[in-house]
Amino acid sequence: MKENLDDKWLYTISSKQSLFQLNFKEIWRYRDLLLLFVKRDIVTVYKQTILGPLWYVIQPLFTSVIFTLIFNNLGQIKTGGIPPFLFNLAGITLWNYFKECLTGTSNTFTKNQNIFGKVYFPRVIMPMSVTISNLLKFVIQLGIFAAFYVYFVAMGHDITPNVNVLLFPLYVLMMALLGLGLGMLLSAMTTKYRDLNILVGFGVQLLMYVSAVPYPLEEAKLKFPKVVANLVEYNPLSQIIEGFRNMLLDTGMFSLEKLLYTFFISLIIFLFGLLIFNKTEKSFIDTV
Amino acid sequence: MVQSDIILKAENISKQYRLGVIGTGTLSHDLNRWWHTIRGKQDPYLKVGETNDRGTKGESQYVWALRNITFEVKRGEVLGIIGKNGAGKSTLLKILSRVTGPTTGEIKTKGRIASLLEVGTGFHPEMTGRENIFLNGAILGMTKKEIASKLDEIIEFSGCERYIDTPVKRYSSGMKVRLAFAVAAHLEPDILVVDEVLAVGDAEFQKKAVGKIQDISRGEGRTVLFVSHNMAAVKNLCSKGMVLDNGEISFTGGIEDCINHYLKKYSYSGVNKNCIKKGAKNIIVDNVKFMSNKKTMIATGEPLEIMFYLKGDMNLLKNNLRLDFKIDDIYKNRIAWFSSSINVVKKNIGDSQENKIVFKLKKMPLNVGQYSLSYVLYANQEIQENAQEYLNFDVLEGVYYNNSTINITPKHSQILLDYEVYC
Repeated sequence: MKENLDDKWLYTISSKQSLFQLNFKEIWRYRDLLLLFVKRDIVTVYKQTILGPLWYVIQPLFTSVIFTLIFNNLGQIKTGGIPPFLFNLAGITLWNYFKECLTGTSNTFTKNQNIFGKVYFPRVIMPMSVTISNLLKFVIQLGIFAAFYVYFVAMGHDITPNVNVLLFPLYVLMMALLGLGLGMLLSAMTTKYRDLNILVGFGVQLLMYVSAVPYPLEEAKLKFPKVVANLVEYNPLSQIIEGFRNMLLDTGMFSLEKLLYTFFISLIIFLFGLLIFNKTEKSFIDTV
Repeated sequence: MVQSDIILKAENISKQYRLGVIGTGTLSHDLNRWWHTIRGKQDPYLKVGETNDRGTKGESQYVWALRNITFEVKRGEVLGIIGKNGAGKSTLLKILSRVTGPTTGEIKTKGRIASLLEVGTGFHPEMTGRENIFLNGAILGMTKKEIASKLDEIIEFSGCERYIDTPVKRYSSGMKVRLAFAVAAHLEPDILVVDEVLAVGDAEFQKKAVGKIQDISRGEGRTVLFVSHNMAAVKNLCSKGMVLDNGEISFTGGIEDCINHYLKKYSYSGVNKNCIKKGAKNIIVDNVKFMSNKKTMIATGEPLEIMFYLKGDMNLLKNNLRLDFKIDDIYKNRIAWFSSSINVVKKNIGDSQENKIVFKLKKMPLNVGQYSLSYVLYANQEIQENAQEYLNFDVLEGVYYNNSTINITPKHSQILLDYEVYC
């Protein structure tokens, strides 16, 4: 009885930390907290605004209109027979999900320092809840896209989804992994270096232009300089956006090879972000 | 056996902080540190830290907020952690509640640790009280089911029943504290960490909170770590204590010994060595003693005897002896004046063995604070001894009014009077 006394410690708080230490059992124990955070985010985000959830709708529609005017009317970008407005809306809808996840999680530590400084729970719950609650926003925006889809079909445009649509959940998952992974990475680094906070705002803006959101990948390959074309092609985000448009509008390219590549990169970025995040959560309160 | 086993064990806990602004130097230090780690060497900055003494100017940019803290807590024990501001109490609690990690050392525990939050951290102002109970409970580590089963109890304890479906932003700050404490008090962790929660809220609530903590430790046999500056509360609640001083343990032991050690070390009280006594000095005051129920502590509302022991020419004792003394606060404002020529109950000085003059107070009327005592001794129509600011003493927090619902601070009143209200 006495000799194994030391083995019975429930947990140890130590200065030494193993490289990859994530207590899944603990996260599971806090699953109710995850759900409550999701609920809180959804319930409170548009309190005391007049238009409320309508903002979810207005933002992608306006962006789509602007994109269509500038890139398609003015810039003469070909969308392969697809109505440019619908083409842009598809890209923006999925891009928005990524953007919301990234910006929502990238300030996890700085935004929650008050509560993190007082009480312990697995910190990763916070960015996870942001990613999940953003799904609702995504679903609403997807609804808008669906409505316009039906409208354009009714207007006699020849658009159909292809069989890849079965991969839809995988694409959303990859987007979530990328947004969450990069967000966690940034949030860990902003605790010490606030420069990154400033970077996120316009960095996301720039990233969008190399992620094939307002143009098809084909056009990029044809018209961009070689270096930029490669950058766009090997950017996992543009692969996801392109694949998403491919399954819904049957336009652009799809290759299994590229899909595997994208999935792999997303997973690596996510795991890397998680690792850095976990390393930071122990001491961030001293540097934030 | 089960009652006495060790539930928490801290070994060589140290915590280093970097002073000054985190800025340009950070990156270079980080890189240097990283370069040492990948070569398998020790962190170069661990060697440099200095003792964390706020008052003195230091050489190093790094200080040790905690250094080599080692202690054990047994199951069911209530450990009081005391120390002056900046002694490292909160840092220790932060490490215990896993908010931040120690720089060196480790803590092993056999139970879940939960900490009592300060004023409703984690409350979302837009959500109702009821929703916040769930959210806050979950943050503290409860499952939804656990909270739901205790919901009625929590609402009742908080005393906010009427507002429970109103957004928390409409609550008064006191109500927020009540609600937050109510949630935390219904947690069932093995180890509860309490940091200064009692400093907020009114007297009724404080009483309730102390009672609840007592229930938790005594009734339910759970372990509590308690940090407070309120010595009376510490004494009431804790069985054992630990005194921290500049990040190091300076004393551990029974709670009374701890408080005595602490008060002796930091208390302002004691005979003023610079006091110059004037007068004929045929008879003098040898010693002044305070006697109260709490022995070494002078607390508001407690019975108190102030005794002046006399020495010298005893023949003078019968010859118009008179002792006056006054009490000033630290700003040298006169607070009270007493004289042995008033209200004499019994006079046998000079006849008995002990030559002392005793002033008895049924209830100490001075509120919390630091005071000084000056006296003048007359005999034979001349001043025998005049000692200005002879003795300094602290008055600790206590209960003067038994049925007050508010906490009367020295800001309200430096001196408390007995009165009755009819309405």
